Amino acid sequence: MPEPRNVTARDRASGLGGATILPLELEGVVFEAGGQTLIHALSARFNAGPRTIVLGPNGAGKSLLLRLCHGLLRPSRGRVIWHGRQDGHGQQDGHGHPGGERLDRAGQPGRETRRRQAMVFQRPVLLRRSALANVAYPLALRGMARAEARARAAEALARAGLDGLAGRPARVLSGGEQQRLALARAWVTEPEILFLDEPTASLDPAATRAVEELVLQIHAAGTKIVMTTHDLGQARRLAEEVLFLHQGRLIERSPAAAFFAAPRTPEAATFIKGELVI
Amino acid sequence: MDDFGHAFALAFELIVRLDADLLEIVGLSLQVSLTAVGLAALIGLPLGAAVALFRFPGRVAVAALLNAFMGLPPVVVGLIVYLALSRAGPLGVLGLLFTPAAMIAAQCLLVIPIVAALTAQTVADLHEEYDEALRSLAAGPGQALLTLLWDGRHSLLTAVLAGFGRAVAEVGAVMIVGGNINHATRVMTTAIALETSKGNLALALGLGVILIVLALTINLAALALRDVARAQHA
Repeated sequence: MPEPRNVTARDRASGLGGATILPLELEGVVFEAGGQTLIHALSARFNAGPRTIVLGPNGAGKSLLLRLCHGLLRPSRGRVIWHGRQDGHGQQDGHGHPGGERLDRAGQPGRETRRRQAMVFQRPVLLRRSALANVAYPLALRGMARAEARARAAEALARAGLDGLAGRPARVLSGGEQQRLALARAWVTEPEILFLDEPTASLDPAATRAVEELVLQIHAAGTKIVMTTHDLGQARRLAEEVLFLHQGRLIERSPAAAFFAAPRTPEAATFIKGELVI
Repeated sequence: MDDFGHAFALAFELIVRLDADLLEIVGLSLQVSLTAVGLAALIGLPLGAAVALFRFPGRVAVAALLNAFMGLPPVVVGLIVYLALSRAGPLGVLGLLFTPAAMIAAQCLLVIPIVAALTAQTVADLHEEYDEALRSLAAGPGQALLTLLWDGRHSLLTAVLAGFGRAVAEVGAVMIVGGNINHATRVMTTAIALETSKGNLALALGLGVILIVLALTINLAALALRDVARAQHA
């Protein structure tokens, strides 16, 4: 199956005209929990295109940042704005403003905006069903007929190198296979943006490589990648752009080459040297 | 006391010669209780899942009621259904009193809180695991509910079985709304009560043995099925 190579092709495929939800903008986002401020007034813009790696030590707020972007958490203050332009057809949830944020009454992104994104978690949450049924599931949620959903799911499984496992219950697969299955499930809806939260943190090197290759493949097919890691080697392999987080603050943002060659902050420099950032 | 020995012998004999009256009673028992549990599952599974998932006004009250009603006295339920179905009652025109339909309604009311309360617990546990993934996949509230019910199917079977155990074993409700009419509304429990009061202790005990064996068989079969399916899905 030919992969969609750009946003326009993908949007045609998903029947949503030329609409896009990107870029994504965070405006002074603060997240507090239990009386502590975990994310401090963070502003950032995510444009379509480069693979963005969110880097930082454990506890820097990387996972929180991804969840805030994806709409799984609501900012205590500030705004998460999907800037995508409307062509008059793309916005079906009816809660937004043209060119501005699209939030429903509960402050969550509208369903159409949510449907154009996907997220892969550190520990994949797979349904108690077969591998194929897991991948067909998001398509079924979008109202696709069962036969077509299963056909597309089979293609997605093949792209993830899991075609032999289609009929196997998802939860008996190995850790690496489960994570690739989660990626296949995220990819099958051809999202505009894919968030990955330390997807290889509990995998061995071979499984890590398979996941990284799949991420590159998904990016090559036109999906924006935003991925967290605390693994420096992985960041060097995958990053085109780096956001460095430390203690809930975005302290550095650079193209990957510049970041690794000449970090501008002492914390990033320490981190890159492989020393402990405290 | 050789009543026990006699009872087992009698039970065995009734089964071996496929006693027509016995078959009729067992058949009606199963028909009434299985139908009641089926209907109760249709109502109780979504109801319990909704209580677990959705925030709506009165949710806490509903949850508390369901838990309290798990121990609802069957005679009270029987009485309420009796009043509703009696000729002067609001549903009297249906003419259902002293029919199997009335017995199904009464057992259904008894079982709904059991199925719903156990479902709420199971679905709440599963929801904790699935919540982020379901929201990430953009599942709507109704879709999330159906997903959780389906993925919790192995555990929910236990809830339904508990309901069946309650239905097939209760005597108070079916006695009041069914009337224990021979060849019409006599089920195992009402037959046991009748034979006991007539002094036919051995026959009563024999019927009791059959009832227990039946309930045990259904439970074992269902649990075996569940374990096979669960082993597949880890």
